[in-house]
Amino acid sequence: MAQYAILIYAHDSAHAPDATAEELETCDEHSDELAANGSMLAAYALTPRDMATSVRADAITDGPFLDSKEVVAGFYVIEAPDLDAALAIARTNPVVRDGGGVEVRPVHSSYLNPAAS
Amino acid sequence: MKAAAAGTAVTDAAKVEAAVADAHRREWTAVLASTVRVTRDLDLAEECVQDAYAAALRGWPAAGVPGNPAAWLTTTARRRAIDAIRHDAVLRSRLPLLLVPDGEPGEPAANAEAAAAEAAAASLSEALPDERLRLIFICCHPALGQEAQLALTLRLVCGMGVPDIARAFLVSEPTMAARITRAKKKISVARIPYRIPPAAELAERLGAALAVVYLLFTAGHTAPSGPSLVRADLVQQAMHLAQMLRELMPGSLDVRGLRALLLVTDARRATRTDADGRLLRLSEQDRSQWDSAALAEAHEEIVGCLRAGPPGRYVLQAAIASLYAAAPSYDQTDWPQIVELYDRLLEVWPSPVVALNRAVPLAMAEGPQAALAEVDRLNADGRLSGYQYLHAIRADLLARIGRADEAADAYRQALALTANEAERAFLMVQIKN
Repeated sequence: MAQYAILIYAHDSAHAPDATAEELETCDEHSDELAANGSMLAAYALTPRDMATSVRADAITDGPFLDSKEVVAGFYVIEAPDLDAALAIARTNPVVRDGGGVEVRPVHSSYLNPAAS
Repeated sequence: MKAAAAGTAVTDAAKVEAAVADAHRREWTAVLASTVRVTRDLDLAEECVQDAYAAALRGWPAAGVPGNPAAWLTTTARRRAIDAIRHDAVLRSRLPLLLVPDGEPGEPAANAEAAAAEAAAASLSEALPDERLRLIFICCHPALGQEAQLALTLRLVCGMGVPDIARAFLVSEPTMAARITRAKKKISVARIPYRIPPAAELAERLGAALAVVYLLFTAGHTAPSGPSLVRADLVQQAMHLAQMLRELMPGSLDVRGLRALLLVTDARRATRTDADGRLLRLSEQDRSQWDSAALAEAHEEIVGCLRAGPPGRYVLQAAIASLYAAAPSYDQTDWPQIVELYDRLLEVWPSPVVALNRAVPLAMAEGPQAALAEVDRLNADGRLSGYQYLHAIRADLLARIGRADEAADAYRQALALTANEAERAFLMVQIKN
């Protein structure tokens, strides 16, 4: 088995600070599915682009690092036997049918502070 | 070299060289594919197979060409692989091993001897169709960029040398070597599996593989730049790949259609330019010089495909090309039927390029004015504004209805977008007229 990170690219994140359970329903359903079948190891939903701050050597600016139509709305790490299996899982993300897409990257290494949770 | 002892007596050097070249052309893919099963590492397998061919060149003059060259080469390559794995385990690349599903043993060397013996039986190409398909599908995996797919396919499936591939794509040798290395690294790190895609994905993945073969052919058929119109080595490799896929997947109409398309197109190769390399229009070509055996073979294949089921993109393209070729002269071409086939092609492949190509028979069936309206519509759409053939076709239509100044402008636009010298020369003559 290998680990793959899946980066979610969407026009914006659905996870606004005041998002209702209803607004997050599709995302949560998908997340529950992957958690239930054991393929997901960790997941992070990010707040919308308005909450982002970018840091460069010469300046701190408001907004996402890249000025583009899509932003990284969240990411999660899955375990899969090979790339085809990982792509099959990635393809089921609802964002793929909703104008966005996902990027799949093999994980090199990871660290998680045992105190964090 | 025990296997060689069974071969014929001492052979002269030229004969051996021809035998090795023949084995390279016919058996490289099978030998490499079955060596990969032992090494689970594309680089090492490639090296061992290269060594095996070199050993054949050295050993066969004295020992004779073995009765089954493929089995000899495979056994030799696999033995080298086993040695390399045993002796150089530490030195070998630290990249993860290729993922070989279907219960492949964890210790690759363990079964290798048995596997080598099994491979030595019968002719490899007949015994191991799946092995070659695995190799084709891994090289054409959509997770690899198309340039990488083309390069890897030529290197691994066709056994073409890196310098030749670099020359074919007009890049430097280090650039091409780096491109191939990067692709192999991705296969290994991202764990692209070495297998035939499952039924649910097969159509899509086969489409990617066929696209690679078609692109190689078109890159060779109209070399994108340079002095000569045709790059024969690429055409030959594409034909070889199409033939191989035809053997390995005889049930696929797309595979059969693609091979027929390449056959028809290549059958006209000799007449596409005149003795000075000047580009000739279809209407100017000497039909008696076309390869009638290839045309007949393609025709039979197309008829078989059309009877077998609903035709896809390649079968329809082949049918169109074949219908063009079937007419005794350009003027006697069955234009309305060609337009009809284009309509069906547009249904399965709604591409602006197809719509543009349809304008050519449309001009013959319904007159240049009707075709010009179509081309102008496509031009306004903007997606093909950088496509030289749109401007060339538009220019030709304008010239035919007497709008000479506009025609010259359109030819100039086409010229500005064209890098192939035979095509440039053709366009310059048109502007002067």
